Amino acid sequence: MEIAASKVIFYIIAAAILFFALLSVTSKRILRAATYLFIVLISTAALYFLLNYQFLGAVQIALYAGGIVVMIIFSILLTSHAGQKFEPVSRLKFFASLLAVLVGWALSLWVILSHPFVASSKEAVEVNMDSIGKALLSYDRNGYVLVFEVISILLLAAMIGAIVISKKQPGDGETNPDNSKTSK
Amino acid sequence: MQMSFQFTILIPLIPLISFLIIGFLYSKMSNKLAGIWGSVSIFSSFLLSLFTAYRYFFEVGRVNGVYPKILGFDFEWLRFSDSLSAHLGTLIDPISVMMLVVVTTVSLMVHIYSIGYMKGDRGFNRFFAFLSLFSFSMLGLVLSTNIFEIYIFWELVGVSSYLLIGFYYEKNSAVAASKKAFIVTRFADLFFLIGILILSFYTKTFDFISLTDPSNIAVMQTGSITFMGLSVTTWALLLIFIGGAGKSAMFPLHIWLPDAMEGPSPVSALIHAATMVVAGVFLVARLFPIYALGSDQALQVIGYVGAFTSLFAAVIAMTQMDFKRVLAFSTISQIGYMMVGLGVSGYGNEAGLGYMASMFHLFTHAMFKALLFLCAGSVIHVVHTNFINEMGGLRKHMKITHITFLIATLAIAGFPGFSGFFSKDEIITAAYHNNKIIFYTELLVAGITAFYMFRLYFRVFWNQEASYEHKPHEVEKTMTIPLIILAFLSIAVGYIPFGNFISSDSMPLESHINWGVASASIIVSFTGIIIAWVLYKKPSNLPERIVSSIKVLYTWAYHKFYIDEVYLFVTKKIIFNLISRPIAWFDRHVVDGAMNGIAWTTSWVSESIKGLQSGQLQKYALAFVSSTIILSALLIYILLNV
Amino acid sequence: MMGGLALQDFLVVSTSMFFIGIFGFLTRRNLITILMSVELILNSVNINFVAFNYFLHPEAMHGIFFAIFVIAVAAAEAAVAIAIIINIYRRFKSINIENVSEMKY
Repeated sequence: MEIAASKVIFYIIAAAILFFALLSVTSKRILRAATYLFIVLISTAALYFLLNYQFLGAVQIALYAGGIVVMIIFSILLTSHAGQKFEPVSRLKFFASLLAVLVGWALSLWVILSHPFVASSKEAVEVNMDSIGKALLSYDRNGYVLVFEVISILLLAAMIGAIVISKKQPGDGETNPDNSKTSK
Repeated sequence: MQMSFQFTILIPLIPLISFLIIGFLYSKMSNKLAGIWGSVSIFSSFLLSLFTAYRYFFEVGRVNGVYPKILGFDFEWLRFSDSLSAHLGTLIDPISVMMLVVVTTVSLMVHIYSIGYMKGDRGFNRFFAFLSLFSFSMLGLVLSTNIFEIYIFWELVGVSSYLLIGFYYEKNSAVAASKKAFIVTRFADLFFLIGILILSFYTKTFDFISLTDPSNIAVMQTGSITFMGLSVTTWALLLIFIGGAGKSAMFPLHIWLPDAMEGPSPVSALIHAATMVVAGVFLVARLFPIYALGSDQALQVIGYVGAFTSLFAAVIAMTQMDFKRVLAFSTISQIGYMMVGLGVSGYGNEAGLGYMASMFHLFTHAMFKALLFLCAGSVIHVVHTNFINEMGGLRKHMKITHITFLIATLAIAGFPGFSGFFSKDEIITAAYHNNKIIFYTELLVAGITAFYMFRLYFRVFWNQEASYEHKPHEVEKTMTIPLIILAFLSIAVGYIPFGNFISSDSMPLESHINWGVASASIIVSFTGIIIAWVLYKKPSNLPERIVSSIKVLYTWAYHKFYIDEVYLFVTKKIIFNLISRPIAWFDRHVVDGAMNGIAWTTSWVSESIKGLQSGQLQKYALAFVSSTIILSALLIYILLNV
Repeated sequence: MMGGLALQDFLVVSTSMFFIGIFGFLTRRNLITILMSVELILNSVNINFVAFNYFLHPEAMHGIFFAIFVIAVAAAEAAVAIAIIINIYRRFKSINIENVSEMKY
């Protein structure tokens, strides 16, 4: 029973992921697209929960759904009207992309399905906050302290970079900085 | 004792500096200053030339019985190989010293004369700059140490001649004449260059001293090969002679000289009478030992060409109505004499009489022909026309010009006691000893010369007085003084014992007047003068009657035997249409077409593929994705089939 | 173990999601939606890591850590990308990618 239940849940989640992902890239309204993306990310988190990776699911929700999507929605609100509709893409571009994607998709699926993956029968390690926290800060064979530090620096750099890039520079957006005062 | 002749480099350099100064300060200088500057420069060259002549002939004198060939100045300019290099420098030997004196004397006279003649002309400074340039080129030419250097100055002389003929560049005829002169002489120079290459290829030297060393020539003769029945030496020498013939206006390359009279009269006197046109004679004389010892055939060709040209030009000169053209044809005829002198000469001793006579005639001719042209310039300056039938009776108005012109005419006609008599007589004597056909031709030409010169003289200075717009008057002093000096020289230079200074082998050559030949030529000259006297002293209809009795011949001669028309036919109809046009078509459509095609294709391809660089990020991404997929598919296919 | 569920099931889902993301990347014009497509792609990769970890190496946690770091990098990337997008919007008054084609021939 349990087996069947988890299978059903997986298919529901998988269907939701694919359906909303598809909607997210085809929706004509940008805010809806963001919402669909949000649903996809939440569903992915559900998938992690299904696999019993609670920490990862929590990170997924907190960072992806909570952080990135909110940031995207902010930028949408900054740059677009909420109800703005997209013009349809050009037909040639649409079909060219579709062809490339379908071919790639079929190729990948064929490879995946034809490859015999052998599931490991080893004892699963307990994945909880405690082990993850220790592994992150340990410097032995299975430790990630170096990567952790690198990521910290990356995040700092990205933060500074984002501030510097988006800072309004004199003359930005104006055709001629000298005329900015008089033209306003 | 070896005397230093280092200073001879200054003789051509002073006019060059003068050219540069007048040329650069063209608009800053006043006319007077430019004229005086140019004259002073050439005067210093003249003094240096006289000093060179004095030092060479009297202080150095003969060494072992011959005048040595001295390198006054020499430096290596281009080194082609260890054995072949081009030098620049000055070569001092009897003929170059003689030419120095001739060129600087005439040039000085012409400079002084031009101050008066060109007064008020807009191009006054330009004229003097060009005169200086020409003097530099001509002096460089006569001083050249090797055949390479002489070629450079040869072309420089051609350029300055071009500039001076086209001096009145507003006149279309002057422009056409300058182009004609340049193209014709340049065409001849092509053969000259080929000749130089052949000669230097077989002799392995450019240098005149080693080229004209008799012992060297013998080596060259034995080792030479033949081509079409003539030895390589003969071919090279004939080609070089063609170059000389172009500059010296020998038939059939004479066509540019009559037209060159479009230039100002002093230019005609300097370039087209006394100096540049004798460059061809000088060239042959310079290489004379090779001609004399290396190739009899080439020398014979020179003799016959010279004889024919002198007769041909003299006949045309009888019919021309343009004052300066008569003199131009007379010049061609006289240069023909000089060529004859070289052509009938042998090498050494008495056989070398023709060589000596030719150089002598060059010397005397330079004086009296320059005088004739300057007189013509004075007359034209005063009466404002070139046509002798619009002149007449000028002897009362222009006394000095009249007398000096008479002296020059007597000199060129070979009147006993005047310089032309001595030099021409020696050429005829040399011809008498060598070749009877040429001898009789030249005798005839002597008579014709006397006739046409006195025709000119009587027609202009006697005859009926024409109606002039302004009353003719004597020209100013700057113009008459050179006339007087040259008139004096025209008489005096005949008495120089020329054989003492210049002979084919530099040994002294005692020339005696052969009274048999001399009396014949005197009789012929007198006949010519008397005929001219009868026909032109007083107005009469006799000339017209004679003309109408030989109408066809006269018309042919008047139109210069239609040589110009033949040239036009050959160049325009044959060369342009049959050769140049197809080549031009080929060049335009095939050569250019191929090049344009390559450029056009490149442009077209880049134009058509530049759309790929659209700046559209998604196109790049699509290309990237599809390429990745294709590459993956390929990789998978390969891995599966290993 | 997840009874009945195989690795392939997860891989099919992630692959499909990946190509949906690619499709969005290729066809969307709005820069923000393109960024969203990129997030989809990253997310699908995360699923892969997690699934591999779960099915092939349950004794280790490498896949999970990879996923965590990818999420961190995605966050950083999103921050910088949005900064750039806002800057582009200021300059071009538009975030339509077809208008942003300064870097052409």
